Amino acid sequence: MSDFLWLIPIFPAIGFLVNGLAGRRISKRAVSAVACGVVLVSFVLSCAAVVQLATMPSDGRYMENRVAPWVPAVEDGGGAPGLAIDWLFVLDPLSAVMILIVTGVGSLIHIYSVGYMWEEAGYWRYFAYLNLFMAMMLTLVLGGSLAVMFVGWEGVGLCSYLLIGFFYWKQDCADAGRKAFITNRIGDLAFVIGALTLFASFGTLEFRGILSAVVAGQGSVFLLTAVALCLFVGACGKSAQIPLYVWLPDAMAGPTPVSALIHAATMVTAGVYMVCRLAPLYMQAPLALTIIAIVGCATAIFAATIGLAQNDIKKVLAYSTVSQLGYMFLAAGVGAFGAAIFHLMTHAFFKALLFLGSGAVIHALHHEQDMMKMGGLRKLLPVTYAVFLCGWVAIAGVPLTAGFFSKDEILWRTFLFSPVMWGIAAFTALLTAFYMTRLMGLTFWGKSRMDHHTEAHVHEVPGVMKWPLMILAGLALVGGFLSIPAALGGSAMPFTLERWLEPVFEPGTYATAAGGHAAIGEHAAAAGDAASAAHEAAAATPHGSPHGEEHSLALEYGLMAFSSVLAIFVLWWGYGLYDRMPQKLAAWKARFASVHEVLANKYWVDELYDALVIQNFYRLCRAALAFDVRVVDGVVHMVRNVTVGTSYLSVFWDTWVVDGLVNLLAKVVRVASRGLRRFQTGVPQSYATVMVFGLFVLICVYMYLS
Amino acid sequence: MPIPVNHLLSFSLVLFIIGMIGVLTRRNAIIVLMGIELMLNAANVNFVAFSRMHGDLAGQIFAVFNIVIAAGEVAVGLAIIIALYRNKDTINVDEISIMKG
Amino acid sequence: MFRGLLSLIAYVPLAGALAILFFPKEKTKAIAWFATAVAGIDFLISLPLFFQWDTSLAGFDETTLERYEWIPSIGVQYIFGLDGISVLFVLLTTLLGVIAAVSSWSAITERVKEYYIFLLALQTGMLGVFMSLDFFLFYVFWEVMLVPMYFLIGIWGGKNKLYAAIKFFLYTLFGSVLMLLGILAVYFYYGSTAGVYTFDITLLHNLGQDPAFFELSRWVFWAFFIGFAIKVPMFPFHTWLPDAHTEAPTAGSVILAGVLLKMGTYGFVRFNLPMLPEATKLYAPYVLALSVIGIIYGAMVAMVQRDWKKLVAYSSVSHLGFCMLGVFALNVNGINGGILQMINHGLSTGALFLIVGIVYERRHTREISEYGGLSKQMPVFATIFMIITMASIGLPALNGFIGEFTILAGAFQIPPEVAVSFLGITLGGKFWAICGVTGIVLGAAYMLWLYQRTMFGGLDNPENQKMSDCNTREILYLAPLVAACFWIGLYPRPFFAILERPVAKLVQQLGGEQEGVALGAGVGHGVGGLGAAADVPVPGDDEQGAGASR
Repeated sequence: MSDFLWLIPIFPAIGFLVNGLAGRRISKRAVSAVACGVVLVSFVLSCAAVVQLATMPSDGRYMENRVAPWVPAVEDGGGAPGLAIDWLFVLDPLSAVMILIVTGVGSLIHIYSVGYMWEEAGYWRYFAYLNLFMAMMLTLVLGGSLAVMFVGWEGVGLCSYLLIGFFYWKQDCADAGRKAFITNRIGDLAFVIGALTLFASFGTLEFRGILSAVVAGQGSVFLLTAVALCLFVGACGKSAQIPLYVWLPDAMAGPTPVSALIHAATMVTAGVYMVCRLAPLYMQAPLALTIIAIVGCATAIFAATIGLAQNDIKKVLAYSTVSQLGYMFLAAGVGAFGAAIFHLMTHAFFKALLFLGSGAVIHALHHEQDMMKMGGLRKLLPVTYAVFLCGWVAIAGVPLTAGFFSKDEILWRTFLFSPVMWGIAAFTALLTAFYMTRLMGLTFWGKSRMDHHTEAHVHEVPGVMKWPLMILAGLALVGGFLSIPAALGGSAMPFTLERWLEPVFEPGTYATAAGGHAAIGEHAAAAGDAASAAHEAAAATPHGSPHGEEHSLALEYGLMAFSSVLAIFVLWWGYGLYDRMPQKLAAWKARFASVHEVLANKYWVDELYDALVIQNFYRLCRAALAFDVRVVDGVVHMVRNVTVGTSYLSVFWDTWVVDGLVNLLAKVVRVASRGLRRFQTGVPQSYATVMVFGLFVLICVYMYLS
Repeated sequence: MPIPVNHLLSFSLVLFIIGMIGVLTRRNAIIVLMGIELMLNAANVNFVAFSRMHGDLAGQIFAVFNIVIAAGEVAVGLAIIIALYRNKDTINVDEISIMKG
Repeated sequence: MFRGLLSLIAYVPLAGALAILFFPKEKTKAIAWFATAVAGIDFLISLPLFFQWDTSLAGFDETTLERYEWIPSIGVQYIFGLDGISVLFVLLTTLLGVIAAVSSWSAITERVKEYYIFLLALQTGMLGVFMSLDFFLFYVFWEVMLVPMYFLIGIWGGKNKLYAAIKFFLYTLFGSVLMLLGILAVYFYYGSTAGVYTFDITLLHNLGQDPAFFELSRWVFWAFFIGFAIKVPMFPFHTWLPDAHTEAPTAGSVILAGVLLKMGTYGFVRFNLPMLPEATKLYAPYVLALSVIGIIYGAMVAMVQRDWKKLVAYSSVSHLGFCMLGVFALNVNGINGGILQMINHGLSTGALFLIVGIVYERRHTREISEYGGLSKQMPVFATIFMIITMASIGLPALNGFIGEFTILAGAFQIPPEVAVSFLGITLGGKFWAICGVTGIVLGAAYMLWLYQRTMFGGLDNPENQKMSDCNTREILYLAPLVAACFWIGLYPRPFFAILERPVAKLVQQLGGEQEGVALGAGVGHGVGGLGAAADVPVPGDDEQGAGASR
């Protein structure tokens, strides 16, 4: 199987080519069959690959598929080494989880899209782009080097651009697509800086190579911290953290399945994946991890507050996604990489579910997205309501749902790192529960605020959209059991995600000296020079190792209970508020009107960016243009004017001095001749007179001289 | 008593000058020719005076040459004046200035 | 590949131009077909150069090298030869030549005969520049190239054509004259020290290893620099480019952007780097500074352009800044990437100008605000434009990424000593690379902004609603460029194989790289001139004595 890893991304790529080139001419059924078919094939292949991986011993789970060289290695002429990139695909426990999520949730969304997009123009184009996205995402996840990952990274950015701007004739869709691409690119800028600095230091971009070098102690802490932060900024762009999250809410202009797939389940998680993939590197740079945790935490609460006051159903979910991604980064930042991936997985389930469910609502209401115009849909859309309930409890973290297990793990590990951050994160969980309840309330409970025409045409989703929803609902409810924490008996379970992922984050796996697990102390001893002291210090910080150390079980249970109770309380209270007491809500809203204003306008961040950054940038560009036309070109024109001016001087000199001399000569001759002409009288006697006179002079002279 | 040479020479000079003034100042072409004759004859007297002084006959012979030349020159001169009169209707030298430059 | 092939490739277009003289000027269609056929034949006979190239060569290919005495009394020979670097440019020239000829069919309706004569004559000039290995011959072709281009802009150009043509001609000529001074300085120096006066470039390259040449080489470096920097064009010598590009006819712009601009960078790689290595290393920081300014400045000015062609022109300034950044990184990644990116730029920017040309032919305006929502009306065009846009901004799987990424890899390997000091702050090493990387964001910004303003949004302007999509001929001449973009993007191996050894040799001639292990060329290599100074200069070893000149 390891030689066939490349097939996993290739099938969706084939789907893209078929649908892209021929999609216009074949029937919609054929397009759907091709599109969904290739993704399902990829899913099956992924399952097969993961199964094979699982049969390998737990410390050697690694499959490599080096397909072909891409940028070939070149002779270096005695200087710095040449860049060599191979098409390298790697499967280890981390990428196994990712490909299953991507292909699994991806297939469900493809099937859902058949129903959702059936009436839209450009049906074939949609599926072509969606398939291309799948191919690129799989390349990203299976990539064995930063370069191959970057191919996928940029590729998903392209697909995001194309899909957000799918309805390109609408100006706001086009704008949103462009905003997404460019914000991503700003992140990519930092990513490239980080990646190429690693290349310049270690001579390779492959993960194994980089991580072995890092674990062996190469690279100063300063370098590694700088690189880690650069790569993290790249992740911020892709995974919508502060300050580069602004593209994600706007991206909701795209079709809803796109929002579900790209902006909830897969693309936005690429940043988290990348940080986790490079976990050993981040472990050597504890400052970077702390910053990641802070940014993640800040983003989580920031986005959650905005989500409280949005009226568009998709925008609430978008800010919720930003907030949940913040949780994932918080987890990574405190060293709980396994928890971050676990939350990534559960989030994929329930967020995709919520988005697809909202798609069902939007579809039923003929593209109405404003929750203020919904209400009372509980009776009219029973299936949708049921799946929404599953998603609701999952995201709130009701015990035993998927969200509960993953979120609690994160909260516990955060508490170990910093109780203050735990407080913020717990409060955010409360806010999450509340705004989701608000969403449920405005959409499904209470009295209907729809106009009669819309209400009359409300219809439940067709079958093709129903089944993916139900499968996702099931996963949202039971998916958590994939990784029961040790405190609740996880060690007894045959499989936990935490244990499955452990080897990937363990620095020892990459140590070239010794294979297998290496305890932290051993690793420090193996390095054995001044650098290792710093590394040792790093390893001893609260970030610790990916597997949790000894802790107080009572504390853990206590926190778990606390957050569960809080969640359930908020759900119950919110239900009461939204279902039966809408007038109380109105009173509250009036009392906190100014706060509500700030939140509804998302802290005016977009406007701030526009005024501070974008307008000034344009001003700078216009100044550059003016500079170019007036100053730089001005110099050229000045040279021209000087040349023309000196040529006038030259003309003057030529006409008056050089030619003047010639003319002067002629004038002298003319004047002289006028004088001399008077001697020629034509009368011989005057000639004779002159002769006599001359003779007289000569005689005088002769007499004088002798 | 023989005539001293000085007298002859001064006589020749005076004659020459008279002739020259006539040539240079008179308007009538024939008078100019007469003036030329006078100059030539003055030169003759000069020749004879010196011949007498040196006792050499060469001077007198040259004077005879001179008379012949003068005769020929007068003939040609008069012919030119006649031709000139036929073309220009005047023998006033001041009025014949075709060569005025 | 036989001796004489190069002259054949170079003079076939000229022969075609002379043949066109005999066509009656009314038979425009026949003339167009004939000219295209000639350009096509030229392209086909140049293909063996690529497919049969011996990739183990580090120097000039001996089987095609032509050397004849021309003016022996001053040491001028007629030498045509290629090495791995120039062969790619020759192919780019012939490819763009035939594409330009095809694209002119509908664009040029008046004085067709003269147009094709000039176009073919220009081809000969450009091919001669890349092929000649004698400085005199090189200069002849360099100047020859200016005249047809001047006429192409000045006769078939836009509103301001005369201004643009004269500006282009005089500005470039000014640079060429300075270059001539440099050439003569080198000629006389070589003659006085080696005894034999010659313009032969293969011999003059040896001056790079001559330590006594260093003093003079600094002046020669700047003389050549001005000449080539105007052609590249580097900031601040770039202002002729926007005018020339906007006023030139479409095919003229394609050739100008695709080939003529490459001559500047080619000149740097062929002359400055091998012949003047010490001066190159000494002045590299300044050139890097100008390149980086070019990248950022070009992109910024492109952002606020209202004229479509001017925008693409400024984007050329930005892209070629990248190439120069790569070349002056002075390591294999940078130079390989730089040369490849030159080829890529020729392909993608050539395609961009063709795209503008297609739209211009229909609407006769270059104002971006006149367009909008064209995707609906012209889907094939929109797709091609999107692919080329992505190639231009360096999306992986297309050619731009390979070039840019390799250049940036090289730029990140620039050692910290390569720096400029500015008001007490020293900026060097990775600073150049970081500035260069910002180019990828700015590139995306202006290209996507352009794409959105012209292709997305509502199809409001009634004039635009009547526009027709690409016809077969247009697709035919854009297709090779799109295909080449994907080819280089996905399978760049043959190109790197051709470039690998000459570039490695070039880096070796530059000598004493800072990072990495020296390739066993002797102890004299290495940073800071470690090891014994060799008494006799070994080829490739130019670190004489202690003290690196970096």
